[in-house]
This record gives sequence, structure tokens and C-alpha cells, in this order.
Amino acid sequence: MSGSSWQNFDVTARNITPSLLLLFLVVLGQLPFSLPGDSAVTPYFVLMAVFYWGLHRPDLLPASVVFLVGLVQDALEGEPFGVNAFVLIAVYWFVASQQRHFGDRSFMVLWLVFALVALVAEALRWLLVSTLTTTMIAPWPVTFEYLMTVALYPVLTVAFVLAQKALPRDSGSFMD
Amino acid sequence: MRASLSIRQGAQRSTFALFLLLAVGVMLIGKADPALYERTRMAIADIATPVIGALSSPVAAGAELIEEGKHLFVAYDENKALREENERLRRWHTAAQSLESENARLRGLLNFTPEPEATFITGRVIGDSGGAFLRSVLVNVGGRDGVRKGTAAVDNNGLVGRVAEVGQRSARILLITDLNSRIPVLVGESRERAILAGDNSDLAKLAYLPPERSFGPGDLVVTSGHGGAFPAGLPVGVVIAAGEDGSGELRVQPFLAPDRLEFVRLMDFGLTGVLQDQDLGLASQ
Repeated sequence: MSGSSWQNFDVTARNITPSLLLLFLVVLGQLPFSLPGDSAVTPYFVLMAVFYWGLHRPDLLPASVVFLVGLVQDALEGEPFGVNAFVLIAVYWFVASQQRHFGDRSFMVLWLVFALVALVAEALRWLLVSTLTTTMIAPWPVTFEYLMTVALYPVLTVAFVLAQKALPRDSGSFMD
Repeated sequence: MRASLSIRQGAQRSTFALFLLLAVGVMLIGKADPALYERTRMAIADIATPVIGALSSPVAAGAELIEEGKHLFVAYDENKALREENERLRRWHTAAQSLESENARLRGLLNFTPEPEATFITGRVIGDSGGAFLRSVLVNVGGRDGVRKGTAAVDNNGLVGRVAEVGQRSARILLITDLNSRIPVLVGESRERAILAGDNSDLAKLAYLPPERSFGPGDLVVTSGHGGAFPAGLPVGVVIAAGEDGSGELRVQPFLAPDRLEFVRLMDFGLTGVLQDQDLGLASQ
């Protein structure tokens, strides 16, 4: 009895790991990591996570969580409400639907795909914020953020792979 | 098997479409009712404040450690430079003291009405969005500490920005380099009036200048107090010549160093100015 409830708890804990990870990354993006002498532009951590989990384990990351995390990010960053939610859901949709094509490609290929997806995502974000605030936002900081995001993707991927290894392997058995 | 897969895919597709539409809806509502959106935003920020606050202390400490480690290598040179600077500052200190007393006497003679006394609320910067779109920081003081919207935020270098949104235990400060920041300033010894406008870069622009300029690189920029939102005379930055191409464009290098912003003082001068509490939607105009 206690054994099975412990097991249930274990399974639940593992299943919500990607969601918690996403939330953690949003908070991480808010911390004042300042590269000294550089104006702080933080990489788009959440995008990396959405890309990774969408590609490898979309069954563990509900779209509703991605949406809510996007809203939380909008709130904390002070961007117009809905922008990050829109961008993240769009990316998640695309990646999850392409899972079959990219699921088992080499890391270099996936990194390249990520670079392209991130480019579209940041451009979309820039366009949406510019439209909603009816101001032409300077493209420089976004470009810088984009480059940092692409550059740091391998580092975070290592963390994601470690997290994924701790999760139940079979995608079907727990969720359906 | 195949049929069930395609059904699942179909369901998945409609879920995504639904959330995408929902996001569009949220954006439209935010545009139509900025006040609602601001309240929601600060409510979420209030919830997140303890978490971000707790996590940001060790991060700041780590950054400080790295910074200090770097200082160790240049300690000798820095010490020498500081000693020279100290010497120079001591002379200025004496000058300032005599000017201050002279100023006080002259003001007494003229029956001058002094500026209202300021009260301070000091807050720690806990969140820095590292904004590619917005230059703002989150501080851990809010409405319950008496923070009001429109208050000037300064650090020991000078003006940092103004309070744009207030929650219960957090507030968002719009930095002077933000795209939406417009601050009336005085430039140089001629005290030329201008508007300091941010553009999300580290430098700020001077707008609405008269065609004939009487100042140049190196001149000080201070707040003018016009509009009644800020007190007059807060140091903002110095004029520099931007663009090595000789275009002669002048920009302002703010004293604000966003990467070293740790504590800010929110100065309440009791000035209500142009920014009333009901004047909502500052950040979303």
C-alpha cells in the first residue's frame, strides 16, 4: 500500500519534471547575471527547453504548461502579455509535429535546426512586441540575445539529457 | 494503431491551435485594457518575488566574488589611481563645503523656497529581465512599503529610472535607457533644455534640442525637474561624441550601470507631477 503510493508519487514527480524545469528556467532568466562591463542580455532559456522537450518527450510537457510559462515570462520581463505564450506555443507545435523527422538526428543537425527555429522565434517576438507597443524596437539587443541563446544551447542540452535519463523511458504507459 | 495515432495527432493539433488563439486573445485584451494587464503582471511578480529574491542573493554574491577576484590582479594600479582621485576629491570637497555655506547664506538672503524634503525607500534589485525589449528591473519593495508610481529611482551614481509599476511587495523600475523613457534634462553649463530619450541601448539620445548647440562632449546632464515628476538636479550622465565616423552625433553616457545595479533608492519628494496613480498603462502606451 505505502509502496504503491510511494511509486505513484515517484511517477508523478518524474512526469512533472519538465514542467518544473521550464518554470525554473523562467526564474533563472530573471536573475541578475551580469557579465561585468556588459549590459545584461539573458538568453532565451525557456525556448531551449521547449525545443528539447518538444523534440524528445512532448508527452511529458503539456501545451497548457508551455502557455502558462509563457504568460509568467511575459509578466516577469514586462513584455506585452501573451507574446511569449504565443511564440513558445508556436515553437512547441512546430517541433512536436516534426518529432518524427528530427527525433534521431545527430546533435549537430539538431543544433542547426534549433538555430533556425530560434531565429524565427526571436524575429516573431520582436515583431509582436514592436507591433503591440507601436514602437520600432532596436534590433541589436534581440540579435545579441539570439546569438547567446544559440551558443548556450549545447550547455543546456547536457542538463536536459541528464534530466531525461532520470525520467520513465516509456512514453505511453504513464500518460494514457 | 494508426487510426488511434492520427486521432491523437488531430487532438494535439486542435489543442495547439486553441492555445495559439488564446495567446492572441490575451494580447488583444492586454492592448484594450492595459490596467488589467498591469495588475495581473504585478500580481504574478508579487508571487515570484520571494523566489527570485532568494535565488538572486547567491547569484549576486557569486558575481561579486568574480568581480573581486578580478580586482585582486589590478589592486596596485587601482590603488594608485584611487589615491590620486582621493586627493582631487578632497579638494572638491572643500570647495563644495564653502559653496554650500555660501549657497545657504544667499538663499537666506533671497527668501528662497527650498525643495521639498525627500524620503527614501531602499530596495534590492532582484530581477533583471536582461531585456532585449525592455530595460527594467524588479525591486523587492512595493506598495506595502510605501512605493508609489512615478517615484524617481537613484543609486549612488545618479538617476536610474522611475517606478513604472507597483505591486504589493515588488515594483518595476523602468530604466532611463528604456525605449519608453523620456526625461526632461538640462545639459551643460548653459543648462540647455532637452529630453533624454532611451532607445534600449546603453547610451541615451537627446531629443528636442535647439538647432544651435552650446555644449559638447564631457558636459554633465542633470534632471531639470520640468513636468514635476522628478526633482531637479539629479545627475544623469555625461555627453559623449558617439560614432567615430565624425557625424558629430552627441549621445549621453548614463551614470547608470545596469550590470552593477544592486540597490536602488526610491526617492519620494512628494511630487505628484504628471504621473498620477490613475495614470495607468505606463509601460504599455
